[in-house]
Amino acid sequence: MKLTITLLLIFLASPLCAEDQRYPFSNPEQAQQFRDLTKELRCLVCQNQSLADSDAPLAHDLRKKVYEMMLAGKSNDQIIKELVTRYGEFVLYRPRLDPQTYLLWFAPIILVVIGVIAIFIMVRRRSAGLDVKEADLQNVRKLLEDEE
Amino acid sequence: MKKLIFILPLVLFLVLIGFFIAGLDHDSRLLPSTFIDKPAPGFSLPRLIKDDQRLSQDDLKGEVSLVNFWATWCPTCKGEHEVLMEIVKKNGIAIYGIDYKDERVAALKWVNQLGNPYRAIATDKKGNTGIDWGVYGTPETFVLDKEGIIRYKHVGAISWQDWKQTLEPIVKKLKQE
Repeated sequence: MKLTITLLLIFLASPLCAEDQRYPFSNPEQAQQFRDLTKELRCLVCQNQSLADSDAPLAHDLRKKVYEMMLAGKSNDQIIKELVTRYGEFVLYRPRLDPQTYLLWFAPIILVVIGVIAIFIMVRRRSAGLDVKEADLQNVRKLLEDEE
Repeated sequence: MKKLIFILPLVLFLVLIGFFIAGLDHDSRLLPSTFIDKPAPGFSLPRLIKDDQRLSQDDLKGEVSLVNFWATWCPTCKGEHEVLMEIVKKNGIAIYGIDYKDERVAALKWVNQLGNPYRAIATDKKGNTGIDWGVYGTPETFVLDKEGIIRYKHVGAISWQDWKQTLEPIVKKLKQE
């Protein structure tokens, strides 16, 4: 069992090693920054993979581009901006928060709020239904008494 | 009020179906170019045939032109090649080719065998110009006006129908500007 887990971990880690060797960094912070960046950026060819995950030739080239820009001393924001000017907002895995994406970002919250309000109204209406008028109660009692 | 609550799910369902139907016609692989109405990104690349000369964005100015990213390893480009030949024959528009991440020998063989529709071909061996132009898959074709400003982008192979229905009218309009 232990052996299986060890082997599994080794196999899972191997792609990471391969990437790290291809793009050597002088310190671990930069290596981490590179991993974070390529995880945030979308591969334009296989659109549901990030640059970090994708094996498409364009993803290789873009990883190289990101690496070169990092070595040139560009900040994360600058690198992301350069890629957005080329490929558009679509290259960002997490859409930015701007008026165009408000609906996308806030729709889940809005829907939950609508749901809560709907439940609240329904519950209140049901319990309100138990508020029986005194006149009706008397009628019922009378009917029951008659039955007896 | 009570009726409304029963109708609401139906309405929401229909709205959802509406989105799905609209989505059917939407090809998520077609990304809009961010360069529309912007000057073509700068480049300077060696030419394929006259390899002691270079081609740069300034060479594209002066007349309406097409810039076509292609490669010999791209099967779709082969089908498109015939259409490009036909376009040049019928219209005479300047088409510039950018041979994207390709082998020089293979590219030379390609134009020798299949014909050369291009005014000039630049070789983007490393693919950097491709990245600068926001190319994410060959073939991609940009329509440039006389000032060298990108006015339209076509992703994928241009069919004769694409040319007749979309590209030719755009080119015609740009020529009159």
